[in-house]
Amino acid sequence: MRFIFKTDYEQDIRIVKHGGQAFWYSLLGLFLLAAPWLLSEYVLAQLVFVLIYAVVGLGLMLLAGFTGQFSIGHAAFLGVGAYTQAVLTNAGWPFPLALACSAGLSAIVGIVIGVPALRVKGIYLGIATLAFGFIVEEGMARWESVTGGNAGLHVKSPAMFGWVLDGSTEFYFLCLVVTVLCTFALINLLRSPTGRAFVAIRDSEVSAQSMGIHLARYKTMSFALSAAFAGLGGALYAHKIKFLSPEQFSIIQSIDLLLMIVVGGLGSIHGVFLGAVFLITMPQLIAMGKDYLPESVGQSPGLQAVVYGVVLVAFVLFEPHGLYGRWLKIRTYLQMFPFYRAGMFRRQKSFQKSDRLK
Amino acid sequence: MSGPLLSARDLTVKFGGLVAVNKVSFDVQRGEVFTIIGPNGAGKTTVFNLISRIYQPTAGSISYDGEDLVAQPPHAVAARGIARTFQNIELFEFASVLQNLLIGTHTHRRTSLWQDLLFTGAARRAEVHARHKAEEVIEFLDLQRYRDMMVAGLPYGVRKVVELARALCCEPKLLLLDEPSSGLNTEETDDMAWWIQDIQRELGITVLMVEHDMSLVSKVSDRVLAMNQGEVLALGAPDEVQAHPGVIEAYLGSTDDLSSLRRSAA
Repeated sequence: MRFIFKTDYEQDIRIVKHGGQAFWYSLLGLFLLAAPWLLSEYVLAQLVFVLIYAVVGLGLMLLAGFTGQFSIGHAAFLGVGAYTQAVLTNAGWPFPLALACSAGLSAIVGIVIGVPALRVKGIYLGIATLAFGFIVEEGMARWESVTGGNAGLHVKSPAMFGWVLDGSTEFYFLCLVVTVLCTFALINLLRSPTGRAFVAIRDSEVSAQSMGIHLARYKTMSFALSAAFAGLGGALYAHKIKFLSPEQFSIIQSIDLLLMIVVGGLGSIHGVFLGAVFLITMPQLIAMGKDYLPESVGQSPGLQAVVYGVVLVAFVLFEPHGLYGRWLKIRTYLQMFPFYRAGMFRRQKSFQKSDRLK
Repeated sequence: MSGPLLSARDLTVKFGGLVAVNKVSFDVQRGEVFTIIGPNGAGKTTVFNLISRIYQPTAGSISYDGEDLVAQPPHAVAARGIARTFQNIELFEFASVLQNLLIGTHTHRRTSLWQDLLFTGAARRAEVHARHKAEEVIEFLDLQRYRDMMVAGLPYGVRKVVELARALCCEPKLLLLDEPSSGLNTEETDDMAWWIQDIQRELGITVLMVEHDMSLVSKVSDRVLAMNQGEVLALGAPDEVQAHPGVIEAYLGSTDDLSSLRRSAA
């Protein structure tokens, strides 16, 4: 069991809380830096996908996990970012500029969709964002002069000032840098007033308001930031996949994103990464498992969707805190052995849930 | 500035056909503890929600420190120095006590989104300052033991104090307490009375509260306003109001009611 003795306020703000964290995260950092030389080409490509999905997941986690606003149309922001990046890169823009534009345009679209979010809540917000997702997908399919429609759009390799990032190692490091920067941005946000305001809105809007938090401004801000993250992820996605078509940004993609953060653990940054790893490795595991299943089951087309559905339901029922919550429990069990109790993480039901004023 | 800190004039609010608050006028003087009492459904909490701008008054005005409060949006109320607690506790449950208190300091934020994202030196200093403030309040209300605990796991009595602490983190001039003693045992109620007195005397904060527990009311209040069915019954010192015939009638019913009850029982 570790006890942290706090002696000043700076210590409370610090990202790395104790030596153990410093050790493990340095180790992870070293592994990620050495990954291109340690891993095979194929595994590295999968790792790139994990990083890309993590960037998108950070955005969705900010919105759904920390601000409490669910979006079932997040693939639309991914799509906006991807197409912006594709069009600008193909037009010869330098890479960093195109990336900034992708994030910026996504953020603007996020503000637009954030406006109805000020009026509707919960499942109704879900429906509104779902509809928005369909609109954007349809837009990408119909606006053929820009997006190439259903025929698709080829994306050139990222380049800036004569330097073309066409190798898989270079692209991996690009994704790594973007992911690390995004992660730090989110961590910073959460330890500052803006992030606290988001969490306050999630937990009690009435209370947040009487603490002086401008609900409309912060909800819109959350949507914009979330969309910007998704746009960044989309831009990287466009370069990784090299060929864009509207059906990549359909409702299935949105649900995958939502699945990712729910399985990872809503309300934790670790959850984003665990969820991204889960989302990328799951299809491989299913593919491997197919050989051991009877042919009628293993070769049927909807197997992956069924497995995803079962996993999602199972997590909601048995482990609402996701993979990260499960890890916390295991860690506490080991740290406190043999004093762990089954109910330690059970949240106490508040017996007098207030009648919300609105 | 002299004059009352808060003054309500002919405050009226209607929900459909129901007149919840009807032409209520009162002044809260600087530095006093002003209590609103009344039976259930008298409109006490509604008055609170009017002041914190959760409800829009149908008619009447509220002025605070010489400024029209009705013209302000709900989130701007806290920035003007009005903090409140809720009858049924509206804490951020899945956050620690310290984090709850830090949200209380939100009105004093000086950093922009970009400074927060990059966690610049200014953001860092602001964070240290906010923690300093929260720590003062923790010390004032003896919450040291609970600092890093999740609110969801705390007993009810402690949550009440945490909510009070969060309101104090706003550094308010006017503190609205909605039934601070509800759900507390006698001992905790006594502590609450001490704290309210400390808040008034040591911090110089004006307190406006809604309360049912008459022992607490008479211990801490300077003036009491009694309400029934949305209207003002009496206003004055605690013992005057308690002795007021209209107040006794509102709580216990009139002797006429009693005799008619006896008759129907017989």
